[in-house]
Amino acid sequence: MIKVTDLTKRYAHTVAVDQISFEVAKGQIVGFLGPNGAGKTTTMRMLTCFLPPSAGTATVAGFDVLEQPLEVKKRIGYLPETPPIYPEMETVEYLRFVGKLKGLSGAALQKRVDYVCERCAVADVKTKLLGKLSKGYRQRVGLAQAIIHNPDVLILDEPTAGLDPKQINETRDLIKDLAGEHTIILSTHILPEVEQTCEQVIIINKGKLVATDSVRNLQARARGAESVVLEVAGRTGPLDVALVQHRLQQVAGVSQVRCKRHGESQAVFEIETEKGQLVRGDLARAVVQAGWDLNELRPSAMSLEEIFLQLTGSEAAGVADKAAPQEVLQ
Amino acid sequence: MRNAWVICRKELGSYFASPVAYLLLFMFGMIFGYFFWTALRFFVFEGIEMQMRGQSMPMNINEQIIRPLLSNVSVIGLFFIPMITMRLFAEEKRTGTIELLATSPVTDLEIIVGKWLAALIMYSCLLLFTALNFAFLFRYGNPDWKPLAIGYLGLLLQAGGLLAIGTFISTLTKNQIIAGAATFGVCILLWVVGWMGEFEMSTWSKVLSYFSVVSHFESFARGVLESKDAIFYAAVIFLGLFFTARSMESLRWRS
Repeated sequence: MIKVTDLTKRYAHTVAVDQISFEVAKGQIVGFLGPNGAGKTTTMRMLTCFLPPSAGTATVAGFDVLEQPLEVKKRIGYLPETPPIYPEMETVEYLRFVGKLKGLSGAALQKRVDYVCERCAVADVKTKLLGKLSKGYRQRVGLAQAIIHNPDVLILDEPTAGLDPKQINETRDLIKDLAGEHTIILSTHILPEVEQTCEQVIIINKGKLVATDSVRNLQARARGAESVVLEVAGRTGPLDVALVQHRLQQVAGVSQVRCKRHGESQAVFEIETEKGQLVRGDLARAVVQAGWDLNELRPSAMSLEEIFLQLTGSEAAGVADKAAPQEVLQ
Repeated sequence: MRNAWVICRKELGSYFASPVAYLLLFMFGMIFGYFFWTALRFFVFEGIEMQMRGQSMPMNINEQIIRPLLSNVSVIGLFFIPMITMRLFAEEKRTGTIELLATSPVTDLEIIVGKWLAALIMYSCLLLFTALNFAFLFRYGNPDWKPLAIGYLGLLLQAGGLLAIGTFISTLTKNQIIAGAATFGVCILLWVVGWMGEFEMSTWSKVLSYFSVVSHFESFARGVLESKDAIFYAAVIFLGLFFTARSMESLRWRS
């Protein structure tokens, strides 16, 4: 449905997008992931014919964005980062306007307006001024606007940015719902969002493609084996970290024990296990039998976040920090 | 051109959904009303005075009221045009709605023509106020309507040109105030260059004064359709819209 080959966008002094290539099959929902300023918006703008690429090609439904922009635009629904709404218009008036711009008219237009109002849950604000709507409603009107002409491809630039947790969930559900009918590209810097909504991830950083794979493959690729986090405390007096480490190492199925940090009487270990081994029970027993306290024992599945950090390097650290509070809220 | 009409309708809606249109109509109505009243009073007094002296000078409504008033409107318009055009693109660029227009299956030309047409219709609404006043002349006198029609055509052509320039300037910035101020500056400049020719006789000043948008209106105010003046305005309209199109294109390549 979408085919991007060596797409490049150069500005006067910087390269915003550098030779990106990927393909998106029909009906897929793809997460476009990267820290702020990675080139996500620029790539999306090129796909929607808003910006012309400096080099390389992009085709949507077989039409080139440079050669046949009108054909591409007919098949694309686009929600920019800030919903493109006119504050002085009413919801229905606005949707009718966008519908007409996209080539609908008459009864077909009315039908689609009613449909998207239902679909995006904005039916109760039909006659309200857009300028008076809350952020969540504006975002949904933005989505309604994007799907009004039933496009093959939906391009959503950070559709959940600035929403509260409940609205985020509603928006995600809506997007997942839409996936059956449309091919969706969705950009975000919030990692759980990709894990929850997307089948496929495209990770870019500093304008370069870092990885493109399915969510599950990425996780599997980065994880390899299960790892466990273990906190041990000495029952009486100080704890001999080396001894604990040695004891843990002896548990069957453990491949590596690392001491993450330790204090006077307690220590946190990260334990890598061999593939397919369940060792948590044995670990707990080993600690308790040796006379230590077991304060914490939990599996640390490698989240997409860590994969992301691994792939994009230290620059992405700030993004992970940003994403973390969101995760907590959910 | 269906899309141009869709955009035009939307723009008109925006004018009348905000206080802008009403404010402009009110101020224009007040200012023109004052000019009309002064001109009419002078005309009536003069008539009475002549009758008292027993003279019978020919009095002509077209020449003595309509013509100077139309000239006035052509100058007053210079002050209102920036307020009409300043928001056209600047606002869309600021709020990001330009992305919606640019990613919809419409051509740049349709967007530009739609917006320019809306501005022209807005200006025509202002002219309607002058027509209300002139209606009284037709009710109580019998002026010739043909020169008046030519005068209105001239006003629309002149405004069309300046509105096209204003539309162009509006594509250059995100800031409505800057767009408005720059358009205002250009409007005034295109008015005062006409004075050069009056003070100096050098070739350069003559060439410069030819660019005066106001002096080209004189023939229309007289009720004469001069092709050179009409072509001048048509050229300004074309150039203004042409530069707008180029500017929108470069916007994409640069931004």
